[in-house]
Amino acid sequence: MLKISLDKLDKLFEAISASQTLYIPTDREDGAAEYKKYESGMKLSNNLNTLRSAKDFFFPQTENLVDFKMEGKNIEVIDVREESEDFVIFGVRACDARSFTVLDKVFLTEPVDSYYKNRRDHGTVVTMACTRPAETCFCGTFGIDAAAPEGDAACYSDGENLFIEAHNEKGQKFIDSVAALLEEGDTAKLDAVREKTREILKKLPLANLTTDNFGGDKLNEYFNSEKWGELSQSCLGCGTCTFVCPTCQCYDIKDFNTGHGIKRFRCWDSCMYSDFTKMAHGNPRLTQLERFRQRFMHKLVYFPANNNGEFGCVGCGRCLSKCPISMNIVKVMKALEVK
Amino acid sequence: MNNDTLIPYIGVVTDIRQDTPDVKTFRVVSPEGGKVFEHMPGQCAMLSIPGVGEAMFSITSSPTNKEFMEFSIKKCGCLTTWLHAMDVGQQITIRGPYGNAFPVETDLKGKDLLFIAGGIGLAPLRSVINYVRDNRANYGDVQVIYGSRSMDDLVDYKEIIDEWMADAGIQVNLTIDNPQEGWDGHVGFVPNYVKELNPSTSKTVLVCGPPIMIKFTLAGLKELGFTETQVYTTMELRMKCGVGKCGRCNIGNKYVCKDGPVFRFDQLGELPDEY
Repeated sequence: MLKISLDKLDKLFEAISASQTLYIPTDREDGAAEYKKYESGMKLSNNLNTLRSAKDFFFPQTENLVDFKMEGKNIEVIDVREESEDFVIFGVRACDARSFTVLDKVFLTEPVDSYYKNRRDHGTVVTMACTRPAETCFCGTFGIDAAAPEGDAACYSDGENLFIEAHNEKGQKFIDSVAALLEEGDTAKLDAVREKTREILKKLPLANLTTDNFGGDKLNEYFNSEKWGELSQSCLGCGTCTFVCPTCQCYDIKDFNTGHGIKRFRCWDSCMYSDFTKMAHGNPRLTQLERFRQRFMHKLVYFPANNNGEFGCVGCGRCLSKCPISMNIVKVMKALEVK
Repeated sequence: MNNDTLIPYIGVVTDIRQDTPDVKTFRVVSPEGGKVFEHMPGQCAMLSIPGVGEAMFSITSSPTNKEFMEFSIKKCGCLTTWLHAMDVGQQITIRGPYGNAFPVETDLKGKDLLFIAGGIGLAPLRSVINYVRDNRANYGDVQVIYGSRSMDDLVDYKEIIDEWMADAGIQVNLTIDNPQEGWDGHVGFVPNYVKELNPSTSKTVLVCGPPIMIKFTLAGLKELGFTETQVYTTMELRMKCGVGKCGRCNIGNKYVCKDGPVFRFDQLGELPDEY
């Protein structure tokens, strides 16, 4: 497999960023990792994962959909879409890489969302295998191998070298663009590292969590479960879980009057919010119980029902570490499960 | 880049009819004249005044009308209040058509049809009724049972009196909730009136109205011997995208904007009771 010495990573990043925009996870002052546009001297984070998921690259938190000019009784519609520039997201973890295929099922299904597709077409996803998965990780539950991530191309570190392989044409094009920096390397040490990672994965506290008792055919088992009341009782409806979730994709459309015209925006929304389904004549999800139930039923039952059994969760564990009341999908699965 | 369904077309309001104290019917054409797009009865469109809001409305005109589309809209929120205040000539934005339609070319073909509507619930059914009138040979008996709070709240009253009641091909039964001067027709709630009229169970039923009316009407129909597989309705939930992606109009795994708004009651029965 092709490799580059880890101490030459700067050179690799310089080479990529010379031809297109590069984003890498880098540490903030407080130690948390976030994706940033690469600039010379920037260091790749050693954190397991970024605070926010990588979904922003394809489904940004806010985006301008269309503009309007209003004059008297007339309206002019202004298409503000522009072809995206080519970009590379480097260092995406296996969970977040899978989240893109979940988002694809929503946004690339007819009618295709041209905003999402534009960025997806121009973005190259270069993943990074995990070596130190955390206690909150459960990607294995969804059939994801943290030691062998998906993506257009994948990287693996053995502590000295970064190995890199392409998964498709886009990934190959990426590797070709930096081929001058790469050389063939011996993967014996890497194989040992991956073996060790898989040993860790097997021993994680959530390693035995399965989706066996969830899926598209489980509507009646779970929708009317008595457990929802207790589970949702402390939910603040803050939406943190949906915000950090790599697969949550509900959105709102809102207009903003700039004084010179109207800008229509798409922004992330959350099914956990009280006004999400509120209409002039009432609200079908009146209390936090219904809203809480919707989020988990969607990920564990409705999404698989519509997508050949695929779940709307990738086990990244962000909701486990970020929920202010320590509620999360794992607790919901364990509490609900009817065997 | 390809067209995106989220980018709307322009529509021009060429006629505004005050149907009831709180319902107006708006006639919409494209700036070049003619319809903005084609639709089938039961489908909906997203109408918007940029800066005010955007919402889903059923297209009340029949697709057999080749000149314009109509929307009967009740004044009940921000956008609808704005729409009610506008004058003829105002441009709006419009995108669609969205959702499925009543199966007028398949399951309903050749059937005896019974339309049951309450209040503004006539709006989506009017599209089907006029489609059926314009393709009369394709359908059996047609009966319309329609009720409102008062005589003044009957939507499209003029069309009902002048056209439907004058049409030998359909039977129209009207009712209002309470007695009123100048009204010599039936008085009483729609579900009870349906039971009184005792329609033949050979009919296929299309019902739309307030949720409580639908609930009691369905119960009444069952008492008369109708089954859920012969009753259709059309749903409404909050929507933003219209294409099953923004995530808010779902009932279980079905999106009302995409898989609906038309459902048969046996299909609806398989979904969670969350609407």
